[in-house]
Amino acid sequence: MDIIWSVISPAQLDAFVKFCINVLIIILKIVVVLAVGLLHVAYATYFERKVIGHMQVRLGPMRVGPHGLLQPFADGIKLFFKEDIIPAKADKTLFYLAPVIFMASAMVNLSVIPYSQNFIIADLNVGLLFIFAMAGVGVYGIFISGWASNSKYAFIGGLRSSAQVISYEIAMGLSLVGVMMMAGSLNLSDIVRAQQESVFGIYAIPQIVAFIVFTISATAEVNRTPFDLPEAESELVAGYFTEYSSFRFALFFLGEYIAMFIMASLCAVCFLGGWSLPWYITKYVPFINYVPGVVWYLVKVYAFIFFYYWIRATVPRYRYDQLMAVGWKILIPLALANILVTGLVKILV
Amino acid sequence: MSGKGEMEPVGKIFETRELNVNMGPQHPATHGVLRLVLDIDGETIVKVTPYVGYLHRGIEKLGESMSYFQALPLTDRMDYVSAMSNNIGYCVAVEKLYGIEVPERAKFIRTIAGEMSRIANHLLWLATHALDIGAMTVFLYCFREREWILDLYEMICGARLTVTYPRVGGVRNDVQQEFLESLWKFTDEFPSRILEYETLIDQNRIWLLRTKGIGVISAEEAVNWGMTGPTLRGSGVPYDIRKFMPYDAYDKVDFEVPIGTVGDTYDRYRCRMLEMRQSNNIIRQCIEKLPAGPVMADAPKFTMQPKDKMMPITHPTKQHAFFIKEKACKGCGMCLRACPAKAIFGEKKKPHAIKQDMCLGCATCYVTCKFKALVIVPAGKGLSDEKLAELAEAPVPEEITKASEYLVRQFEFVKKGPKVPEGEIYVATEVPKGELGFYFVSDGSAKPYRMRVRAPSFVHAGCLPRLCAGHLVADVIANIGTIDIVLGECDR
Repeated sequence: MDIIWSVISPAQLDAFVKFCINVLIIILKIVVVLAVGLLHVAYATYFERKVIGHMQVRLGPMRVGPHGLLQPFADGIKLFFKEDIIPAKADKTLFYLAPVIFMASAMVNLSVIPYSQNFIIADLNVGLLFIFAMAGVGVYGIFISGWASNSKYAFIGGLRSSAQVISYEIAMGLSLVGVMMMAGSLNLSDIVRAQQESVFGIYAIPQIVAFIVFTISATAEVNRTPFDLPEAESELVAGYFTEYSSFRFALFFLGEYIAMFIMASLCAVCFLGGWSLPWYITKYVPFINYVPGVVWYLVKVYAFIFFYYWIRATVPRYRYDQLMAVGWKILIPLALANILVTGLVKILV
Repeated sequence: MSGKGEMEPVGKIFETRELNVNMGPQHPATHGVLRLVLDIDGETIVKVTPYVGYLHRGIEKLGESMSYFQALPLTDRMDYVSAMSNNIGYCVAVEKLYGIEVPERAKFIRTIAGEMSRIANHLLWLATHALDIGAMTVFLYCFREREWILDLYEMICGARLTVTYPRVGGVRNDVQQEFLESLWKFTDEFPSRILEYETLIDQNRIWLLRTKGIGVISAEEAVNWGMTGPTLRGSGVPYDIRKFMPYDAYDKVDFEVPIGTVGDTYDRYRCRMLEMRQSNNIIRQCIEKLPAGPVMADAPKFTMQPKDKMMPITHPTKQHAFFIKEKACKGCGMCLRACPAKAIFGEKKKPHAIKQDMCLGCATCYVTCKFKALVIVPAGKGLSDEKLAELAEAPVPEEITKASEYLVRQFEFVKKGPKVPEGEIYVATEVPKGELGFYFVSDGSAKPYRMRVRAPSFVHAGCLPRLCAGHLVADVIANIGTIDIVLGECDR
C-alpha cells in the first residue's frame, strides 16, 4: 500500500475512482443506447412492414414467430450469411469505406439525443449543430458508395442523393433556427427545458411553419417517400447501394433507419417537448407525472416514425426537378420568412 | 465566351458527353424484358432507343405449322395479362375465315369474358403504373380486385391466366348460374372499388405533377404513329373497334367510349379508369340480356365436337374391347405404331393381335386402321380371344356405330384440321391494349400459309422515343406505364 501512497495522494485516488466510475457509466450508457438503437432498427423494419401491410389490406410478416415477431432476426441472420459481392471494377477501398462512413455518421448522433432528463451520453452545447454536421458527413458515404460501385445506376443515385440531402439540409437547418432563437441555445436538453417553460409547452405551436418545413425536409433528408428518388426502385433499381449485398447492404439499411430515428428524435426534442409534457396537461392530469420521461419521448418519436410509414403508403414519388423546386422555391423561403417573423416577435414582445 | 455577351452552353465549354445508361432487359419498371438505351444529360433524356425481342418465341411462325384451331393456346402466351381478349381476337378472326356464325349465347358469354379481361388488364396496368410512379398502396388494392376476377375465370373454365376458354365457333363450355351470380356481385361492388383507387391518386398533387403534361402527343400524331386503344383515345380520337366494327355482342349493348383532351399521361390514365366503369356496365347488360341456347356453332366440319358424343367408346367405365379381325387385317403395322400402350403385336404382312390386358381402350388403333379390321366389341374386358372373335361377328349396336363415326371425325379434325378456302383476311378486335389484328394468308390447306399478329404493344413501344424526348429520367418510367405494353405480346 505504501508504494501506492508514495505515487499518488488519497485525493488523487479519489478523483481517479470518480473518473473511472464516470467512464463506466458512460460506457454503460453507450451500451444501452447501442443495444436499444440496434433493436429499434430491427423492430422499426418489422413495425414498418406491419403498418404498411395493414394499410394495404394484407398482413405483413406472419411466418417467423408469432405474428412474425422474429422476422427481423431472420432477416439479420440471412443478411449476415449472404455472399458479399464486390463488383470487379469497383474501387475496393472506397467501396468498403462507404457503408461504414454512412452508418457511423448516423449512429454517432445517438450520443447527443436527450432520451430523458438525465439520460444523455454527451450533453453537447452544440448538439443541434453536431447532428447537422454528421448528416453532412453521411452524404460522403452516399456519394462515395455511388462512385465506388462503378455502376451508372449507383452513380445517378449517389448524385441525386447528395444533391437532395444538401439542399434539404438547408431548409431543415433554417427551420430549426426559429427554435434556436426561441430557446436561445443549441444544446438539445436546454431546448427541451426552454419548451417546458414556454407558454405553449411545445414549440410546434408557435413554430408551426418551421414544424411543417422540418417535417417535410426531414422526410427528404432520410430519403423516404415521397422523396425517395435516390433509391427509386422503378428508375434506379436501388440507387446508390445497387451494387451492395450482404452485410454491407445491411449497414446502409441500418444507417438509414437510425437516421430516421434521429430525425424523429430531433422533431420530438425540438418541437414536441422531448421527454416532457406541456404544463397544461400535467397540471390537470397530475398523476401523469409518475410516467418516466423516456416514455413520452418514445411515444413522440414513434408517432413521428409512424407518420413516415403512413406517408409511404399513401403518396407517389416526386420527380427530381419537382423535388428541387419544392426544396428551394417553397421550403427555404418559408423557413427564412419564419426566421424573420420569429425575430420580429422576439424584438417586439 | 463570345464578345457580344452571349453565353455559350456549358456543354461546349467543358466538352461534356451524355451518359449512356442501359435500362433493362432486367429492370423492375420496364414491364417485362424491354430494353431501353438512354442517353442522358444529367437527368434530362437526350435519346431513347427501345430494343425489343427478348421474349420472342416465334408464335407467328409456330402458328404456320399448326392447324387454325391448334394455334389458339399460343395466343394466351402473347398478352398473358389479358389472355381472354387475345383468345377472342383469334377466334373471331378464324371464324371469319371459316365463315361460321357463333350462336347468340356464346357471343354474349365472350363479350362478358372480354370485358372481364379488360378490367383485369386495366387493373394490372393501374397497379404497375402507380407503383412505377411510387404509389405503392394502389398496387395492392388493384391486385385484390384482379384476384377476384381471376377467381371468376377459374369458375368458368378452371384456368386463371392462360385460359383458352373461347374456342373457334363459340366457347368451351357454358357458364353456370352460380358464376353469373358471383359476377353480378362483383359488378355491384366494383365501381366503389374504382372510387377507392381514385381517392388515393386521382387528385393527389404529386400524381398530377408526375402525369400532367408528360408524354403529350396530339391526336394527329398519335394516329400517324399507329396508336390504338386507350393510348390513342387519351389524345381525343374516339376510335374503338367495338363501336366501329362490332364483333361478338358489342352491337347489342350500350356503352360509351371515353376520350381525353390533351393526350398526356393523365388523360390516358383517366380514359382507362372510365373504361373500367364502362366495362363493368357492359358486363351487367350482358348478364341481363344473356339468351339461352347452345354455346358452340353448329358446324361439325369446323368445330371440335363435344367429347360426350364419343363417350360410349372412350369412357373408361364402359369398358369396350377392341379386337382385330383376322380376315380383314393386312398387317400394315399402322395400329402397331400408333398404340400408346404398345399392346398390339404381330409381324409384317400377318394379322396383328391386341393383348387385352395391356389395352387402355383409347381407340387410337380404331381410328388409325384403314381396312376396318378393328372392331369395337361391346362386351367389356377380360374375355378370351376366342370369345371376342365370336362376338366380333355379331352386328354392332347403333350407339357404338354413331359414336365411332364421331370418333373418326374427331381424329381427322385433330390430326389434319379443316381445310379453308384460299385467300387472305385481316380481322381486328379491341383488346385492352389497343387494336389486336390477326392477318392470315391461306393457301387452301388446313394450316395458315402466313400468320401475322398486329400487336398493339409493339406499335406503342416504337412510340417511346417520341414520348420521352426532352423529359427527365423519371418520366421514362411514367411513359412506359402509360402506353401499357406487355412484352410477351410485343415480341410474340
